Amino acid sequence: MPKIKIPKSSPSIDMTPMVDLAFLLVTFFMLAASFRPSEPVTVETASSISDKVIPENNIMVTLDTDGKVYFNLTNPEARKEALNNMASLYKVSFNEEQIEKFALMSTFGCTMKELPAYIDLPGDSRKEFKTEGIPLDSLDNQLKNWISYSQMAALNTGKTAYEEAKQKGLAPDADDFKPKFIIRADGKSVYKKAEKVIDVFRELNLNNLNFVTSSEFNPNNPN
Amino acid sequence: MAEIAESGGGGHDKGKKRAKKSSTRVDMTPMVDLAFLLLTFFVLTSTFSKPKVMSLAYPAKIDEPVDKNAPKLNNGITFLLSKDKIFYYTGEFYPADRPGKDGPTKLTETNFSASGLRKVLADLNSYVLLRKEGMVKKVKAKQMADTTYTRELELLKGKPEALKVLVKTDDKALCKNFIDLIDEVKIAEIGVIAPVPMLPAELKLLETQLKK
Repeated sequence: MPKIKIPKSSPSIDMTPMVDLAFLLVTFFMLAASFRPSEPVTVETASSISDKVIPENNIMVTLDTDGKVYFNLTNPEARKEALNNMASLYKVSFNEEQIEKFALMSTFGCTMKELPAYIDLPGDSRKEFKTEGIPLDSLDNQLKNWISYSQMAALNTGKTAYEEAKQKGLAPDADDFKPKFIIRADGKSVYKKAEKVIDVFRELNLNNLNFVTSSEFNPNNPN
Repeated sequence: MAEIAESGGGGHDKGKKRAKKSSTRVDMTPMVDLAFLLLTFFVLTSTFSKPKVMSLAYPAKIDEPVDKNAPKLNNGITFLLSKDKIFYYTGEFYPADRPGKDGPTKLTETNFSASGLRKVLADLNSYVLLRKEGMVKKVKAKQMADTTYTRELELLKGKPEALKVLVKTDDKALCKNFIDLIDEVKIAEIGVIAPVPMLPAELKLLETQLKK
């Protein structure tokens, strides 16, 4: 009986197109991804139809599910100025290195006393730092001071940025350089806690607030 | 897969020196592995939906007493918000011991769905929504400019006939409930939104409603 010959095909396939595609996608995702500094708290915000993106120059107060309050200010120069003011007010001293480190940090949620120790921690272990958040009760309203000093500092840096833009011959809108006030509250946190933060802003006469939300389908504007 | 031709020992070629024929193929497997590993990493870690912000203007804190001669709220709706529950009443609040024309205020329950809250607001704010629809038609027919439309819409929202919304929350309401409500209010094109503290009488009414 003649043997049936199975045609011998090479087991290796030309993978070049696949590899091309894979690298194309890798490049795309690498370029599209933006890395942000790790935050000490993860927050699940509620969704809204709003399509306004987060303004760049902002002062953000974060509220997590337990009602702990965190603070963040985006501009590094303003951060330094605000920290120096806070340090002299609460008589906590920071060295040069700590101030530089603080300028590049992101959200933090600790009292002024805890802050030097918090800054000295390496980035990864800041998440495990045990803290009660920034105090905002009437006896020790550190949040109010943070907000008011940050606002002053951010207005100063915004002003210089505005002057610079003007000298370059651009027609800048002064509103773009003013800090915006943002509240990032976890959807599962109690609104009364957020209201306390809002009241701190309102006491400082800052009534235009923004809530961070994830985007949602808008029935008025179906694209 | 490394297809580099092996010479089978140099002993039995007859004097002629041949250039070694090596295949041009390189083993790409490790590279592909790495490429896909990176691809998976970037796909899983990247978030594309950048967070958005919803602005809300709060009433300024004033120490002055409220003006008694201020016009009464006649086309307002008040929402009482509790955990995942929402109640509303229209017009002024009449407690049980001081009933109005139609007796004391009763709360109506609704929900966050499109057939609940959205319908209530759309019905009550039909003054703005109908006029807005007319303007949208004009814009589409190129009879009105975009900028005029935005300006007119803002004016329309501030008119006395437009619905005004008061939001009051109890101790159990979640931020999600609050933001969902404000969102629905914005969908209904309402310009005046005021988050205000709840009156004790309202809280009592809300609690009896919740117990039912």
